[in-house]
Amino acid sequence: MTDKVDIAALAKLARLDIPEDEMARLETEIPAILHFVETIQSANAPKEEKSPAHRNIMRKDENPIESGKHTKALLDAAPARAGNRIAVKQVISRKK
Amino acid sequence: MDLSTLTITEARRALDAKEYSALDLTNAYLDAIEKKNGEIHAYLEVWADSAREEAKAADAVIAAGKSQPLTGIPIAVKDNILIEGRIASAASKILENYKASYDATVISKLKAQGVVFLGRTNMDEFALGSSTENSAYGPTKNPHDTSRVPGGTSGGSAAAVAAGMALAALGSDTGGSIRQPAAFCGIAGLKPTYGAVSRSGLIAAASSLDQIGTLGKNVEDAKILFDAVRGHDAMDSTSLPDANIPPKAGRKAIGVPREFLTDLTPEIRAQFESTLDTLKNKGYTIVDVALPSLQYALAVYYIINPAEVSTNLARLDGIRYGLSVPADVIGEVYSKTRAAGFGPETRRRVLVGTFVLSSGYADAYYRKARSVRELIRADFAKAFETVDAIVMPTTPSPAFKLGEKNSDPVSLYLEDIFTVPVNLAGVPAISVPGGTVERDGKKLPVGFQIIGAWGGEQTIFAIGKDV
Repeated sequence: MTDKVDIAALAKLARLDIPEDEMARLETEIPAILHFVETIQSANAPKEEKSPAHRNIMRKDENPIESGKHTKALLDAAPARAGNRIAVKQVISRKK
Repeated sequence: MDLSTLTITEARRALDAKEYSALDLTNAYLDAIEKKNGEIHAYLEVWADSAREEAKAADAVIAAGKSQPLTGIPIAVKDNILIEGRIASAASKILENYKASYDATVISKLKAQGVVFLGRTNMDEFALGSSTENSAYGPTKNPHDTSRVPGGTSGGSAAAVAAGMALAALGSDTGGSIRQPAAFCGIAGLKPTYGAVSRSGLIAAASSLDQIGTLGKNVEDAKILFDAVRGHDAMDSTSLPDANIPPKAGRKAIGVPREFLTDLTPEIRAQFESTLDTLKNKGYTIVDVALPSLQYALAVYYIINPAEVSTNLARLDGIRYGLSVPADVIGEVYSKTRAAGFGPETRRRVLVGTFVLSSGYADAYYRKARSVRELIRADFAKAFETVDAIVMPTTPSPAFKLGEKNSDPVSLYLEDIFTVPVNLAGVPAISVPGGTVERDGKKLPVGFQIIGAWGGEQTIFAIGKDV
């Protein structure tokens, strides 16, 4: 069921540029990996998922930290900043 | 002191008896690192100056008679565990210069005991691999034969302990990443019960499988370090309430899933049977157990792991931290940064993960895998109704040559066959030295894996000490 995989489309979904010379290798490797994992199709597992045994337990939203306490450390890690904010390139452009 | 045989227990005794100081001990390890790390490449960075300062502080605590089990003990830390102000790169180019802004919970606990941190150890990038060859900074070599891999992904931590470059080490285990390198390097490696050790401050790979664990020369050392880092933590939403179930008295039944142990090299089978005989002679009953769904474990793992990896690594986009490749629009900043920062295996996992989660395929792959995972978990639950532990070899073959499995990703995935079921079920397991096999005139260690029921660490420690 996965002889042909559109690697370029996957890469776009994953926000990952793939150099031309790597594309051919991935077009062999990714279907080979998917073919390997397809053996689970023969497992007789119930279609409906049971609630998984692993659960997240959220801590109470209490004792908030003092505002600004970690601001410097976190901003220092960012590649670009403008004042007390992380700077990013424009997200939405008017140009078509 | 002889670093090749020194254990935490012996170092504790000698430190408290003032036979040598924590500074002497730390200097001995720094000397060993200086001599050996060039060839083995276990460490990505050594913190000699701060290690000496930590050792001096530990000596003051010892002099005051207030030492704890790990005061002054020099350990190594895998490069995916955060220490405030230190680089934690997960052996990736994308985090090459990333400095942690906080301590992982396990690090806070060890700092409170006055541990000495020697440095950060090499690993497969983002804990993806089985040989430490996927590090962006070059592979680690196996101390028993430097033409072979140390295993992975905690290969640096295992090699450091085996080569006498650290007394013990922290690692993480997502599908065997502590147990398999421990087996290949001839030491003990523990993957605790999922949720037994906080993962706050561990760079996430596959969150439903990741677990921080410990490596030491023997079972007792792995246990001492585990006792220091375990416990409930509100900072990890999957952390379990504190539990420390003592081994059941009187019942000493060990299960062997013989139907699953088909692809073993003959010498590993022979070593495994010999270890079973040892346990029989010590009063254990060896019985067959059926774990029929384990035949699907590798396939399930190589769906769930990439799915979670692709989700977790989405945070690495060149915006908040790490590498950032300039581009005109934000979308290109993401895609160029990730292309430049991720290595080949990371890219493969991200793509496979994106595929198995994509609309139209998620039912057949990801959701089906989650369903089959529950069957595997149920197999273990049923088996543990009648046995106290399940044993199997840690790996189907001994350490392979560097480069031997580079051309075919799937051939490397097959190495994980005996370790991934444990992470899928969330149970604890320890790999202990289980003899050696000879290859090219060199003795290569093999691992004997003891798997316990949920919370059954004390049981597998007890059995491990009898091996």
